[in-house]
Amino acid sequence: MIRLEAVSKTYPGTEVPAVEALDLEIPEGEILVLVGPSGCGKSTTLRLINRMIEPTGGRIIFDGEDVTSVNPDHLRRRIGYVIQQIGLFPHQTIAQNIATVPKLLGWDKQQIPRRVDELMDMVGLDPSLYRDRYPKELSGGQAQRVGVARALGADPAVLLMDEPFGAIDPITRDRLQNEFLRLQEELQKTIVFVTHDIDEAIKMGDRIAILRERSHIAQFDTPERILAFPVDDFVRDFIGDGSTLKGLVFERVRDLDLDDDYPVVHASDDRAMARQTLDASDERWLLVLDDEDRPVRWVNDGHLARTDVPLTELGPPVVATVAPQATLHDALEEMLLSNAGQACVVDGQGRFQGIVDIDTLAQVLRRLRASAKKHYDDLAATEGS
Amino acid sequence: MGAAVTSDVALDRVKSARGLLVAPLGIAALAFGIFRLVDSTDLSTVEERNLAWEVVRPQILDHLYLTFWSTVLVIVIAVPLGIVLTRPGYKRFSGPVLAVATSGQALPAYGLVVLAFALMGRGQWSMIWALVLFALLPVLRNTMVGLEQVSASVIEAGRGMGLTRRQALTKIELPLAVPVILAGVRTALVINVGMATLGFLIGAGGLGIGISSGIKLSRELVIVVYAALTAVVALSVDWIASVIERVLRPKGL
Repeated sequence: MIRLEAVSKTYPGTEVPAVEALDLEIPEGEILVLVGPSGCGKSTTLRLINRMIEPTGGRIIFDGEDVTSVNPDHLRRRIGYVIQQIGLFPHQTIAQNIATVPKLLGWDKQQIPRRVDELMDMVGLDPSLYRDRYPKELSGGQAQRVGVARALGADPAVLLMDEPFGAIDPITRDRLQNEFLRLQEELQKTIVFVTHDIDEAIKMGDRIAILRERSHIAQFDTPERILAFPVDDFVRDFIGDGSTLKGLVFERVRDLDLDDDYPVVHASDDRAMARQTLDASDERWLLVLDDEDRPVRWVNDGHLARTDVPLTELGPPVVATVAPQATLHDALEEMLLSNAGQACVVDGQGRFQGIVDIDTLAQVLRRLRASAKKHYDDLAATEGS
Repeated sequence: MGAAVTSDVALDRVKSARGLLVAPLGIAALAFGIFRLVDSTDLSTVEERNLAWEVVRPQILDHLYLTFWSTVLVIVIAVPLGIVLTRPGYKRFSGPVLAVATSGQALPAYGLVVLAFALMGRGQWSMIWALVLFALLPVLRNTMVGLEQVSASVIEAGRGMGLTRRQALTKIELPLAVPVILAGVRTALVINVGMATLGFLIGAGGLGIGISSGIKLSRELVIVVYAALTAVVALSVDWIASVIERVLRPKGL
């Protein structure tokens, strides 16, 4: 869709290029996040794509066509552009703002208002309420929605977003990010997204390019793999501490090999049965299920010595349960809350499915790291041969 | 919340509309005051000759003619000049050009009129050009300031969507600069109304004739009436300009 070939930018009067011989293939229908420390050239790179900054070397290929020297105004009408400051036209209504590119492209007069309403619905603004308002009457979050709607105006296949949620309060930002991801699931646009925030990159990116100075790519991969296997110290430092934990967000409980021979008894079973089950296993805790297989209590050796209380009232109650669709990050949180240091996986009806514990997570992380490492080893091998 | 915002905007409009109605009442009161003053005074022959409507009317018309054409020329010259001087590549000329415009305003008004007379002789157009030079600065400066204060991100967003340079100028920058430019034009208008009283010096007519006769003949009544008439013209012109400003000011600002 879009490919940069050895693109560079050297500003007049400077020796060191801002972007140096960048090769970048932008995957179609995905969000590619360019992330890196200040001054690494990520914004410049983004603006080279729609030639808001003219490259001083290399080629930009868009849809198989070399657009390095076509009319930049015409090129930009085919590419959506969202910036942090949004830049809505203050003297135009919301509808006029959104209609900007369709008007430039000379769309049919009847078609434009329909398209505007459609876009406003898409970004969650009621057209009848907001169509005729002016930008100054909007909150920051609403203005950013209009910014996105305006960029989508003529349904461009490509969207460039320069820190689009950077100037918005954390709560609204989180909501806008989620809405945008939902929108993208439908739209499947090719998106290049610039941010300096690694957490935003992990959340938004199908793929992440971590850039170092002069826009050199330090690592280009899925967020999962970058977190599991940072290729060098620069990437490790940039993604920071806790990257392993962040990686747990991408794994789901349902994909685990659940330990299904965990010692359990039913509330209706007798005490001897419980004792026997616990002794037969090497676990320290026994899980008590009710008649519908729902976990209710954790029981250990000491609890079983008491015979005056029924099984369903022995030991600490089960508080940590996770659904199969939960992430391992959720599971870890539940685990830390539980007395036994384990979380029960339950299905939609609350029925016991298995147990996740720290060992399970450690295994997953080791496996992720190993497979990411193998991926890079294989790459190195193919390049070597 | 949305409704509250809208009604605030509406309220502001009502308030400023009320402001626009106050000025004409004041102007009318002043004009009526002049009329009553003249009407209730026993005029001497000299005064009567100087205050007759047939004498006053052409002076007012000349005065308006000088003001109108000088302001039109100022706009025609200063606005495009201001646009050019804010384009990349021409910014470096803005210093020298502003210096010339500033000196135009810094010259003594009297000297400027004499200079125009020396260069172009007697007549209304000599005076009009003197006025143009005198009032160029506020419009030029406001055009430049008005264009420069348009937020860079708004222009960036527009260009990023594929507006050409010219479209960015005509659809974004100029509309957003209109209030500031018009404020400059208003200043120029008021300057020109006042300055046009010097037009009589080089045969350009205007209310200065009456004031000057009043002084020469030592008739205070004549001086007061013409000075007040000049004020009425200045205030009326300024009021009309403020109405135009209101109409042309883009909504949403």
